[in-house]
Formats: sequence, C-alpha cells, structure tokens
Amino acid sequence: MSAYDGLPGEWELVVGLEVHVELATATKLFSASPNRFGDEPNTNIDPVTLGLPGALPVLNEFAVELAMRIGLALNCTVQPSTFHRKNYFYPDMPKAYQVSQYDQPLNVGGHLDLPNGVRVGIERAHMEEDAGKSTHVGGTGGRVHGANHSLIDLNRAGVPLVEIVSRPDIRSADDARAYVNELRAILVAIGASDAKMEEGSMRVDANVSVHKPGTPLGTRCEIKNVNSVRSVGRAIEYEARRQIDLIESGDAVRQQTRHWDETDGRTHTLRTKEDADDYRYFLEPDLVPLAPSAEWVQRVRAGLPMLPAARRTRLSQATGQPADSEAVCSVVERGQDEYVLAVGTVGGDIGRALVHVKEAFADQPATPHVPAADLAALTTLEVGGKLTATQAKAVLAEIVANNGGDAAALAAAKGFEALDTSSLESLVDEAIAAEPDAWQKFCNGDGKAMGALVGLVMKASRGKADGKLVTALLNQKKG
Amino acid sequence: MSASKPTAATNTPTAAAIAAAVRAGTTKAADLVEQHLATIAAREPEIHAFNHVMADQARAAAAAVDAQASKGHDPGPLAGVTVALKDNMCTRGIPTTCSSKILDGWKPPYDATVVQALQQAGAIIVGKTNLDEFAMGSSTENSAFGPTRNPHDTSRVPGGSSGGSAAAVAAGFSQFSLGSDTGGSIRQPAALCGVVGVKPTYGYVSRYGLVAFASSLDQIGPFTNTVEDAALVLDVIGGHDPHDSTSIPQAHPSLTQAIQQDVKGLRIGRITDLPEGADPDVQERLEAAFDALKAAGATIVDVQVPAFTFGLTAYYLIAPAEASSNLARYDGVRYGLRVEAADTDAMYGATRAAGFGDEVKRRIMLGTYALSAGYYDAYYGKALKVRRLIHDDFERAYQQADVLLTPTSPTVAFKFGAKGDNPFSMYLCDTYTIPTNLAGHPGMSVPFGTGAEGLPVGVQILAGTLQEPTMFRVAAALERSMS
Repeated sequence: MSAYDGLPGEWELVVGLEVHVELATATKLFSASPNRFGDEPNTNIDPVTLGLPGALPVLNEFAVELAMRIGLALNCTVQPSTFHRKNYFYPDMPKAYQVSQYDQPLNVGGHLDLPNGVRVGIERAHMEEDAGKSTHVGGTGGRVHGANHSLIDLNRAGVPLVEIVSRPDIRSADDARAYVNELRAILVAIGASDAKMEEGSMRVDANVSVHKPGTPLGTRCEIKNVNSVRSVGRAIEYEARRQIDLIESGDAVRQQTRHWDETDGRTHTLRTKEDADDYRYFLEPDLVPLAPSAEWVQRVRAGLPMLPAARRTRLSQATGQPADSEAVCSVVERGQDEYVLAVGTVGGDIGRALVHVKEAFADQPATPHVPAADLAALTTLEVGGKLTATQAKAVLAEIVANNGGDAAALAAAKGFEALDTSSLESLVDEAIAAEPDAWQKFCNGDGKAMGALVGLVMKASRGKADGKLVTALLNQKKG
Repeated sequence: MSASKPTAATNTPTAAAIAAAVRAGTTKAADLVEQHLATIAAREPEIHAFNHVMADQARAAAAAVDAQASKGHDPGPLAGVTVALKDNMCTRGIPTTCSSKILDGWKPPYDATVVQALQQAGAIIVGKTNLDEFAMGSSTENSAFGPTRNPHDTSRVPGGSSGGSAAAVAAGFSQFSLGSDTGGSIRQPAALCGVVGVKPTYGYVSRYGLVAFASSLDQIGPFTNTVEDAALVLDVIGGHDPHDSTSIPQAHPSLTQAIQQDVKGLRIGRITDLPEGADPDVQERLEAAFDALKAAGATIVDVQVPAFTFGLTAYYLIAPAEASSNLARYDGVRYGLRVEAADTDAMYGATRAAGFGDEVKRRIMLGTYALSAGYYDAYYGKALKVRRLIHDDFERAYQQADVLLTPTSPTVAFKFGAKGDNPFSMYLCDTYTIPTNLAGHPGMSVPFGTGAEGLPVGVQILAGTLQEPTMFRVAAALERSMS
C-alpha cells in the first residue's frame, strides 16, 4: 500500500491519465521513413519528416489499424475522424505544426478494468504524429533554459502515436500504477506498441487534483516527464500532498503544467494556464477525412487476441489461484499462461507448473524453450511424491539451463531417486528409537520435538526425504 | 505603348507538332532549346521572367531526348517541348525560391510530381520563373528579386502571381509553362499577357512538390499559346498521385480528344448578379465571346450565383489562415535564411522579419488573427460557411448551364505601381477568379482580342467539378472564332 492510499483528513485524490504510445508500425505516420528507435540521429528522414517545402503527408493505413485495435481493446466506439493542425513553434517540430485528431477522435467512450475490479473510463484514443527529440547541452537538468545549444534528432518526428485519455476515475496512486501496467499489457498483447516507458514509446502525463468527497472537483495540475511506473505513483503522491498542503495553509491550487523531477522527487512549475499557447487548430487541408468502413472495423475486432484480463481469468480458473495473485498476473504479463495451460494438456500438474513458470521462467520468452512435456514430467514426479519441492527446483534449474531435459533421469543423476514410503518409514522408526525423549515429548504435543525428529530423518536420508511426508508418518505413528 | 512587339504565339507550331517532329527525328530538341535560349538571351534582361535559367540542364536534357529518338525509343508526348516552371515547384538540386529571400539558395532534394511527369514525357525545362513572393499578389511586384515586365508593354505588369510563367510564354521563352492558381494566379496573368491559362479542378494535378500557399486552394496548371497545347499538357500532368492525399483517384478523360467536339447545344451561362467593376473594353470582349459561342451553336442562359460577391472576403480569411500555418516552417532552423540572434525565439523573429516581404507578413498576421482563440468563429469559421455557400450556389448554376462566362480580370494589364500602397485595390484584381478556387471547380482564361491600347483581354470559362472536357470545348470554340 502506498503512503497516501489514505490521504490525510477527508481528502480524496482524483487522477486522470493521458498516455502517449508509439505505434509498432514499420514506417512513420505520414511518410515511408522507418519508425525505428535507436538509429543514428537524423537518418530516418525524408522530405515529409523534414517538413520541406512542397512535401505532403499520406496517412499510414497500418497505423490506423493499430489505433483501431487500441480503441476496440479499450471498449471504445470507432468513429469517422479528421486531422487538425496544432500550430506552435519549436525547433524539433519541423512543420511548426503537429497533425493530430482533434474534435473528432478515431476512438471514443471506452473503459479499462483494473485487476482489482476498478473500472476506469476512457474518454478518447486519438492518433497524432510525434515530434523530434531535442537534447539541450550546457544547461542544468537537460532543460532548454540556460543551455548553450540544442541538438535535434528528427528520427522520432512523424512517428505514429495514439494518445489514450482516461476519465478522472482514478482515486489512488496504486490504481494509477495498476492502470498503466494494465494498459501496457493490453498494448503489448494486441501488438500495437512495445510500450517501453524507458525508451519513451509509452509516456504518461497525470492530471491530479484533490477534493473532499461530496464537494466539487479541485483545480487540477498536469504532471509531465513521468518516465516509469514507479514515478507515476511517486509523482501523484507528491503532487497530492503539495496540493493538500497549499489548501490547508489557506492558498489555492493554480491550474498549471508541472514537471516531475525524478532526482529531487518533486514537481516544478512548467507553465501556468495564463501563458498557455493558442494552438490555432484548424482542419489539416493536406489530408482527407478518415472513415473506416464497418467491414474494416469488424475485421480488426475479430482479429484481436484474448486480452490480459480474460487470460488471467482463464489461468485463475485452471489453477485455482486468484486472478489478481502475483503468480497469475506475472505469468500472464509474460504471455506464458498458454504454456502453463499446455503443461496441463500434456498431463502435468497445472498448479505446480504455475509456480515453476512464475519463479524460474522470468527470463524466458512467452513460449519458453523448455518443452511443455518436460515440465509436465517434473510436476508429475513432484505430485507423485517422487521429488521434494527442493529437489524439483534443483532439477528444473538443470532443465531450464539446457532448454529441456528428462526430469526423472536428471533426478537420478543427482541421486534424487525419491525414497519410497516403506524405506522412509524405517528411517522414521530409526529416528524414534534414537531419540525416545523427543518422541515422548512429541506424543505429549510438543511441536518443537517434531522438528528434531524430522531433522534426524532428513539427515539420515541426506535430504531426499519429503518433509511433509515425514510429518505425516510421525502423526500416523502417534496414533 | 512600348515599342517591343510580343513574340506570341499564333504562328508558333503546336506542342503536339513539335513533339511529333522530335519523335520522328526530323527536328532536333537541341536546336529547339538553342532557339529558346537565344530568345531568352535577347529579351530576358528587359522582361525578367526568370529567377533561374537552366541553360546547361536544358541542353543536357535535349541531348538525351535526341539520343532516345535516334535509337528508336519514344521520348514521350512532349518530346523536345520547352517548359518554364513557376519557382514554387521543387526541382531536385535546382534553386527553388518562391521569389522569397527566406528560401534564397535553397535546393530541394526532390522533384515535384509534375516535374517528374514532364521529364518522363520528354519536356525540356528551361528555367524557374518569377512570382509574387510565395504566390501572394496579382502583379509579380511582390517578388523579392524584382518585378517581371509584361512582354506586350514593359511599362506594365504581367499580372500575378504567376507573372513570370505568363510572360515566358508570351515572350516565346518556352513553348509552355506551369503556374499555380490559388485565387486566380494562373488565369489573371494569362489574361494580361494574352495567353491561355488553366486552373483545373482541385485535385486534378498533384500538389506534391508545390510549395504551399493555401493548401485547400492551390492548384497547378499550364500557360500555353493555344487551347490544344493546354489540353495536351494537362493530359500529361493530370492524374492521381499517391503522394498527394487530395489528388483525385479516378482517371481523367483525354482533353485533346474533348476539343475535337464543337459546342452545338451547350448552355453558356451569363451570371446576372456578377459583381460589377469590369472596364468597358473588357466587358465589350465578354459580349463578343457570348456572340461567338452563340454563332457556333451554343445557347446563352441567365444564371445567378448570389454568393459570388462574397468570394473575395472569404478568400482573404481562408487563404491567409492556411498560409500562416504553411509558412511557419520557415524558421531558420533547418534550411533557407537564418539570422543569428541571442536565443531561439529571437532567431525566429529576426529570420522571419528579414526573410519575408510586406505582403507575406501582412497575410501571415491576418491569418494568425483569423484562427486565434476568440476570433475563429467570427472570421475563419464564418469564411468556411461562406465557402460552402459559394460552392452550393455554383452547383445550382451548373444545373442550368454547362459553363459560365465572365471576364478574367476587370482590367487589361496595368502600369507598375498603379495599385499604389492599398493592398485592397490589388485584391480586387481577383474578384472574378477567386470564387472558383473556393468551390474547387475548374476555370480557364482564353485570350479574346484586345482592349484599351491594344492590350490583351482574356475571357474566363468556369465549369463544375471535373467538367474540364466541356470547358475545353468552349475554349477551343472561342479560339476558333478568332482565327
């Protein structure tokens, strides 16, 4: 739980998130230049990207398709749309305007359900082009103010973005984090974006306000430069505290855009409402209206894969683990739930498979290198009492290291051939004979005495005994 | 009147005839180019049609065309035909200035789609022609590199903004030329220079590589000596371009075929509520045009286009609004002029203050204002509604008439400085041409005799969307009636 999950007094936090995601297209939104992160600066450019005189945009159809996937995955309505120009001067904006869907966004009116059941409304998810990237050299903190010069990389200029705007339905920093995580999982699942906050392919702005329930919403501030899921929570918590402190000390919150500073853990004023730019939006005359046909929308809808929430439910039902348990969430996030289910299909124990995949497959792809049958064989030995949990873990480590392997043979090679019940029973009898005092105490209900007996059996078996089985035998003999 | 005689056009062979001879190898493109370069050398100093004469490139291109023809390959339907390009069309490696200091020295790394089409058809580009800066003006006096003079009388303007392209054809510097028309910038100079000028339907010709003035209005078209030449050029440069989202997808019917038909049975519309202001000599030629068409078998019908009169006002909100956005990219960051200053914002200001002329600055300010928060609805928003009205009024008129006939320009070519410092009196030059751009319809100007002081007068033919074939039939009939 976070520090401000219960805000001081009767304050309630109100958060809406604006998330920009770069679409996983091969080329840019309006030109044939590659959409690729990490290339030499200013190599993925062309007359359109550079905003050269006479160059004209042509809409990337696949970008529209990915944008529709996002909208449909977020339960939005896909509607006819138009592009506008948002006019402003900035050196990394080559045309001095950004082309963006404005009053007629492609996707409107959806929702996203968090794993804990909270439903967050989606206002809109619209398409726009990214700007280039400026690097300010010689100032402090990478800000333009005080810099000696700026370096412009236009590789990112014209990269297709979808901006997903939530309704102000989020009431805690934890839910904000959960929203970002869930959204990212959906985006990755539908192939719309790699959604990497550290590479900037997913960027989060948070609109934060505080109020007391039953009173009107407070004045909001927009927090920018939030570059990780952890920062989302920290920035919101800091900002809520700042606003509450202001109000409680008799000041008012001013509508501002604020910059989150990761190093000092504070938000700083970027600009106030009064000096907001007038973007002079007008219909982009170089593009025609976008009106996806009903057939196209239907095709995109039909092509959507099962979404993370449904996959968690499915895995939960198959394993008996709660849908919001860490095991279910992390395995679905890695896309390894199909694999866990496959282990069950080939006769393995699905509950043990979930535990093993969660713990030992973090570095494995969605379809792990280990054949499902190999993991299935391991779980069968385990539930059959042929391997202890500790032994199974050791054998699995070998299997993972070798991208597969015969669990029984590996166990044998390690000398793990499990003790059958009769030889285990004789070891238990030996232990009782060796420690009659402990046995007497155990029979009188002293729990500590059981530990000594189990330890003796484990030692005698050189770790091959299953602790649970030993305990069961001891209880059985007690009568 | 000046002593210089126009070198126009009536006796020059048609582009089709030239191309046929070059394709057959009976005429050398190299010789044609030398003839044009000689004419340019003789008269260009007094006319100043060009920002840039491409003598070396023209000779090389002509040699390539001749080599193709001699090997039996077809160099194309415009083989060896010379063309001058308005200097707002991008030419790879060749300066493209828009007659503005802000683009002085800039060489595009790519060719406009029309340039590629012309080159593939075997046409020879001889140079880039002068214009009002960024195509804003009606006299070519707004060029940062000095005005172009009218070949019929060098004390007079050639019209504008495509004044250089109109003058180039009128002076015989090239067989034809291309201009761009946002509010009359092809048709008005065509009228003042006594040549044919066509503004096609919006989307008929690709705008890719045309430096934008007002994107929803700009359209490329030809200046030619004859209606037949104009038809041939449009057949070459028209058509869908995947690089221009606003270009019309369907194929265009051949205009060279269309002009074979006469005008019998066509309904020629006379706009009875046309704004007044045309000089009597111009009005007299318009009446003569109606008579000629009637004599050729057409019928004259009266129509009304009530919103026509609001065109000028709507245009001077919509075009500057788009221009204010289109011209924002000239900021000194990536190409063209940069005036160094203390910080980025100051550099923008200094660069744009030094790089743009007065008329361009005036329109950027006007357009910025019209789009601003709090003013949008009253200005830009209302202008868009008027635009819709104009379009609808025209559409109604075209249910009664196949084409409409108006003056192209209210006057013949005027003297330099005649419009003084009052921008509005210059704007009135485009009263008759602007509404068509707002409607997205085609229009063309055909020379139809002379008016005051023997200066050329043009008659404008307007038609509905993609009605170029009908418009050209009427143009050809007017031309025939003069011979």
